[in-house]
Amino acid sequence: MSQTTHKTRTLIAAIGDEDTITGLLLAGIGDIDTHQRANFFVVDSKTTQEQIEETFTSFTKRKDIAVILINQHVAEDIRGILDEYKAAFPTVLEIPSKDHPYDPSKDSVLKRVQLLFGD
Amino acid sequence: MAAVRDNVFPTRMNLTVTKTRLKGAQTGHSLLKRKSEALTARFRAIVRKIEDAKLKMGKVMQNASFSLAEVAYITGDISYQVRESAKSATFKVSAKQENVSGVILPMFQPEVQASGSQFELTGLGRGGQQIQKARGVYIKAVETLVELASLQTAFVILDEVIKLTNRRVNAIEYVIIPRIENTISYINSELDEQDREEFYRLKKIQGKKKERAAATQREMDEKAKLAIDDGNIHQVVDDDSETGVRNILSEQTDSDIIF
Repeated sequence: MSQTTHKTRTLIAAIGDEDTITGLLLAGIGDIDTHQRANFFVVDSKTTQEQIEETFTSFTKRKDIAVILINQHVAEDIRGILDEYKAAFPTVLEIPSKDHPYDPSKDSVLKRVQLLFGD
Repeated sequence: MAAVRDNVFPTRMNLTVTKTRLKGAQTGHSLLKRKSEALTARFRAIVRKIEDAKLKMGKVMQNASFSLAEVAYITGDISYQVRESAKSATFKVSAKQENVSGVILPMFQPEVQASGSQFELTGLGRGGQQIQKARGVYIKAVETLVELASLQTAFVILDEVIKLTNRRVNAIEYVIIPRIENTISYINSELDEQDREEFYRLKKIQGKKKERAAATQREMDEKAKLAIDDGNIHQVVDDDSETGVRNILSEQTDSDIIF
């Protein structure tokens, strides 16, 4: 984890439903690089689990992404991968979506918090 | 556990070296323990902040969704337009570092570039104001998210480092220090043993020497006795042969001459 590693990580990536992504893009996080790779991914009812997994993995491998935002209901679909993902960069953050209120007990990180304090 | 110890030759020098190592290990142990405590304190603070921030995030995102719904109500669906106009990010993060007892924690900071070049024309027909408002709300939301993300990164890194440090502390406390102590006591006992052996050996030699000295003495005495006897015999003979001639050599009663 050299200094340059997180100096170059400037982007925020997002995986989520249409409304979440629209909002985030409106805030200006959207980016399409020279290889035509977008840093956002819209999940709808037709999206398969494999597609989500693939996108998530490719985001985690990119060197310019600092934070990955993912809707919690999408995160539920790939919970296995998320629980295994332990690297510090990029940080994965589960966010609530419009249709699915936030449930802290499902969050991978909060689960680890609970585990650590042994409640 | 039958005295696990280092494989060293029990000498005084090794004893000194091992004692120095023990001191080093103890210093290291206390330092690491303090580091671990400092990190844990930090960690707990971060965890508390994360919990608060997660709840806050829920509210903020709810607000944001609501403002987007307003946009959708007035303008209609803009998601396609927004998605297509995304070219390069205007909202980025920059990482700055924070040092907590030797652990580098990255802190993300939101960086918004000169505002709104991308979506200025979105909703030009109607609802432009709503869109700008929604945009503002979302920027605020993402700022919250970025803050949360940096907390979470710090959490993950600290978690790792604390585990590592605690492992080291325990290793030193329960493995390394006992082993060094065992080594020291081993060297000490061996040295004591050697001392006792040496002492015994010296005693033995002294005894032998005394014996030998006594034997020599006895021999000398016997010889002397014999000599005296011989002398007496001679004297007797001399006495027999003496006729007024003094034997000066046999008279040893002269007083010393002092100049």
